[in-house]
Amino acid sequence: MTDDKLSRAEKDEAAYFAERAKARAAADEAGERTEASPGAHTLFDVQEMELNFGPQHPSTHGVLRVVLKVDGEKILEAKPDVGFLHRGTEKLFETETYPMGIPHTDRMDYVAAATSNHAFCLAIETLLQVEVPRRAQLIRVILDELQRLSSHLVWLGTSGIDLGAVTPFWYAFREREQILDFFEEYCGARLTLNCMRIGGLPFDLTPGWTERVSEFIADLPSRIDDYEQLLTDNRIWKKRTVGVGVISAEECVEWGLTGPILRASGLEWDLRRARPYECYEELDFVVPTRTGGDTYDRYIVRVQEMRQSARIIQQCLARLEPGEIRGKVPRVIKPVAEEVYASIESPKGELGFYCVSNGTNKPYRMHVRPPSFINLQALPRLAKGHLVSDLVALIGTIDIVLGEVDR
Amino acid sequence: MAGEEKTPASEKPEKPKEAPRPKLEAVDASEHSWVRSIRSALPDTVVSAKQFAGQVTVVVKREQIARVARHLKDAEDFKYCVDVTAVDWRDRQPRFDVVYHFYSFSKNDRIRVKCGAAEGEDVPSIATVFLASNWCERETFDMFGIRFSGHPDLRRILTWDGFHGHPLRKDFPLEGIDTGAAVYPEEWPEGGGPPKNDPNRKVVS
Repeated sequence: MTDDKLSRAEKDEAAYFAERAKARAAADEAGERTEASPGAHTLFDVQEMELNFGPQHPSTHGVLRVVLKVDGEKILEAKPDVGFLHRGTEKLFETETYPMGIPHTDRMDYVAAATSNHAFCLAIETLLQVEVPRRAQLIRVILDELQRLSSHLVWLGTSGIDLGAVTPFWYAFREREQILDFFEEYCGARLTLNCMRIGGLPFDLTPGWTERVSEFIADLPSRIDDYEQLLTDNRIWKKRTVGVGVISAEECVEWGLTGPILRASGLEWDLRRARPYECYEELDFVVPTRTGGDTYDRYIVRVQEMRQSARIIQQCLARLEPGEIRGKVPRVIKPVAEEVYASIESPKGELGFYCVSNGTNKPYRMHVRPPSFINLQALPRLAKGHLVSDLVALIGTIDIVLGEVDR
Repeated sequence: MAGEEKTPASEKPEKPKEAPRPKLEAVDASEHSWVRSIRSALPDTVVSAKQFAGQVTVVVKREQIARVARHLKDAEDFKYCVDVTAVDWRDRQPRFDVVYHFYSFSKNDRIRVKCGAAEGEDVPSIATVFLASNWCERETFDMFGIRFSGHPDLRRILTWDGFHGHPLRKDFPLEGIDTGAAVYPEEWPEGGGPPKNDPNRKVVS
């Protein structure tokens, strides 16, 4: 094969071997060649190899690439490479009016669009100092918690599949399907919901929606028992998750990790409790925590959160009364030239929007603080020293959505 | 039907006028305890401070930002670095604002710290103070071209190496420029598709 027909990778390889041969020849000439000298591997040498994990690997949940430095099966270093899904959402926000930004937020965390909508609207409501009517607050909380359920169900199903537990996936997606049907009935869309507006909601509930939801919620705890039956005491599941990716609460704070990861490490911190928005203040729910800080504890925390979400929805449904669904928001939104940061507890952690206004009808700058992006940052710390197969468990347990990581 | 009379505009019932909304304004926060604490620990650092919607914003000098972050973390218990980003003010001097958000678990409150940075000026990195700020600073560098001195690994993160320009700058257009998509220019001159000498190649223009 002629030189110019060689591909780039082959050229690199050829150069690499030529260099090694040269080094070996030089060592031979000097009479210094030992077992450890270049080109003379023994069976027990540390053999570093670079391995590309993704971006098409199915268990990377999208287009995540991790460059691994491995010694056999052991990970010496993991470097996440993100940005394959970057669409410049923050730039788009700047070119469109405030309400036109809401559909873009659907495309960030596409398994939890309602919470993204909510955080975006909350930031602008904080800027405008608008009060959301009580009925809208309650419906928002119901939508948020349904979304949290569906997001956790996706997580449960897919991270189970990643670790070889195929069965929970079918059950988790059965319930998720019902939740998506509720969303479809409410706003016409199943994933890209666009279901909130600045100052309230676009629509009121359809007749019979609340009854159907409460029927589903009443049934949910027994369904969650089913998932737990499949996984919680499953010996294989425990072998793959217990002690994998242990991180302490102090380190979580240092890395900026939020959401179930932080709570599984023992810190009881949830924005719904710490800095309540909407009507979370008056609702009775527990913030589930564990102390182990490993993949198994994060699983338990998420399952417990699903149970709490069901409780929250039940309480909200009981409190629903007829009323306004949109606050007093001007037709053309022109906030004062100020800046605010507002955040909510999304299924993945703290989702915040930093909004800078210059007094016109378009945001001057709209920055997203995506939980997935910040949480993914700790992957090298979690993966170090584990096996390559554990990396799959760790990517699953961080619960990233690449649409939100790359925006 | 056609003869239905239209109500003249003057007869329309007048909408009851709402009370004018209280004007939203930021208030000065230079006497806030956190600002005072920064001022006493690091004199000649705080430029201004304001409070809007209950959120405290402190503007500090660029050279001091790492020390301010360290002080807030150690003395004021702002242990959690929420976010780092920037704002491009194009025609203003200095051109950029680098914006930091810190959260304190004991106070259950956030503080926003800002510092100005002119084009080409380095901002001290806080990645050694807060590990969480590592990727945030990389993103800010990628999107605005603000360099953080002392950052352990300042590379582009969302766009690729070799991308031309910094997308979130106000002078970066939405379309119509060469972004350096040609990663392997000798093989794929336009960044993709069949190479120039391929007979199947159709040039659309």
